[in-house]
Amino acid sequence: MNANELAIEVRGLTHRYERSAGFAVEALDFEVRRGEIVGLLGPNGAGKTTTLHTVLGLLAPTAGVVRVFGRSPLLERMQVLGRINFASVDVHLPSNLLVEECLYIFSNLYGVSYRSERIRNLVERFDLKALRRQRVGSLSSGEHMRLKICKALLNSPELLILDEPTLSLDPYMAHRVRSLLKEIQSERQISILHTSHNMREVESFCDRILFLHHGRKIAEGPPSEVLARSKSRNLDELFIRVAVSGDIFDAG
Amino acid sequence: MQDKTGSLRRIGTLLQRYVFLHRRSIIRVFDIGFWPVMDLLIWGFMMLYIQQTANTPLAETIIFLIGAMIAWDIHYRGQQAVTISLMEEIWTRNIVNILIAPLRLWEWVAASFLYGTLKVATVTLILGILAHLLYAFNLIQIGWVFLPLAASLLFFGWAIGLGTSGLLLRYGYAAEALIWGIPFLLQPFSCVFYPLEVLPVWAQGIARILPSTYAFEGLRQTLQGKAIPASLWAVLIGLNGFYLALGAGFFVFMFHRARATGRLGHLGQD
Ligand SMILES: Nc1ncnc2c1ncn2[C@@H]1O[C@H](COP(=O)(O)OP(=O)(O)O)[C@@H](O)[C@H]1O
Ligand SMILES: [Mg+2]
Repeated sequence: MNANELAIEVRGLTHRYERSAGFAVEALDFEVRRGEIVGLLGPNGAGKTTTLHTVLGLLAPTAGVVRVFGRSPLLERMQVLGRINFASVDVHLPSNLLVEECLYIFSNLYGVSYRSERIRNLVERFDLKALRRQRVGSLSSGEHMRLKICKALLNSPELLILDEPTLSLDPYMAHRVRSLLKEIQSERQISILHTSHNMREVESFCDRILFLHHGRKIAEGPPSEVLARSKSRNLDELFIRVAVSGDIFDAG
Repeated sequence: MQDKTGSLRRIGTLLQRYVFLHRRSIIRVFDIGFWPVMDLLIWGFMMLYIQQTANTPLAETIIFLIGAMIAWDIHYRGQQAVTISLMEEIWTRNIVNILIAPLRLWEWVAASFLYGTLKVATVTLILGILAHLLYAFNLIQIGWVFLPLAASLLFFGWAIGLGTSGLLLRYGYAAEALIWGIPFLLQPFSCVFYPLEVLPVWAQGIARILPSTYAFEGLRQTLQGKAIPASLWAVLIGLNGFYLALGAGFFVFMFHRARATGRLGHLGQD
């Protein structure tokens, strides 16, 4: 495959945190193609966030290679970071700024052209118009998450990385956000790598899923295919099976 | 009766929690004794100085103290601004957004330096006006030479600020005590309120390697109407350059460490 078609290429990714007994991620190989939506699944502590952090250049892994658009996120930070963006349940926007100030600051950091149009467009799409003059710290967790996704779309990223983006959203809002992301994704063929616990979300949203358990990849493929192979009735059942036995196939 | 033993157990448990905390953090132990010891040192040396200058009119001594206090604040605010910019990003859990933006490390540092300079300029202006109105202490009387002296204290503040920011990246909130404390740890040795000779010989050794010592010496000489010798400027430039390079190197080193240990992505989340 042409390397230019890959948004992310991960080879032999291994990381062991200081003073920790086991590997958080071990010998992980995967790729995300341009325009593809890939879900990173797995129980708590499976190594999902660790993997995302290596892609974002926040973590220098113990071993292995990570390439984003063919470049190293550690050694070619500036070239990589301008083309990607990230939103996470655990990372907040500055609570002391107003919503519009916050979007202004980040669009300026990313050097976004046609800034006000871009902000207006995103704010309208994500139902944040009425909140423009509100302090970020006073937003509900669902509103804050929508703002985080807005911020992550400001620079029209070619690759969007999302860590449990719908965790704090109610089912309706989660649905809205997914449709908006799908819409934006198909308009501009961006790649999305996201983690989630919500199996139903993953089923409809992802082109492909990667199942992690104790830092290892135990299954990969289109959701329906992984399901069929595991002979589970649905992804929820599969998830529980993985968490219990560490395998997608029934132990019994 | 039952309830009394229950109380004892609960109080004991709460105490034990502090033992756990202190056992794992020398920094916290350090924090207990730090401030009282520093206060004692500053006031003690100042007393020695005032005893030595029994012939000087008290008013003149006080003028020195006001000038020194304003100049100290320049150093202190400069240091704090750099570290507080980082701490604020960590508190609000926004730091990762900054780290994944296409922004170079030095650009972020430059912004915090400028922020510090603006803060310092504002505070100095306010203090200068107040000192003039209330105590007839005229900052302008010191003359233009105040600017390079102030700048050199500001530069040393940045250098320390880079160092404490590095500690923050490495130790997180546990380093807070050090961040507030380090400037005051240096204060007795910087001869802010008294000349070098007041210090015991061992402490003079430390004082001589701090640029702040020379800046305050220069300030005292200026207030006495003397000219500052070129050699003092040379030492100031050399030492400030050295500490700025050291602070920057330490900060960059700690940044890379935090990126290798994974702390960087989890700053503020512990
Ligand atoms: N900073 C850290 N220091 C030590 N261990 C960590 C650190 N961050 C995560 N871990 C451990 O690494 C493993 C993977 O964590 P993570 O990638 O956050 O999992 P997930 O996002 O899938 O829930 C877990 O066992 C977790 O406890
Ligand atoms: Mg996680």
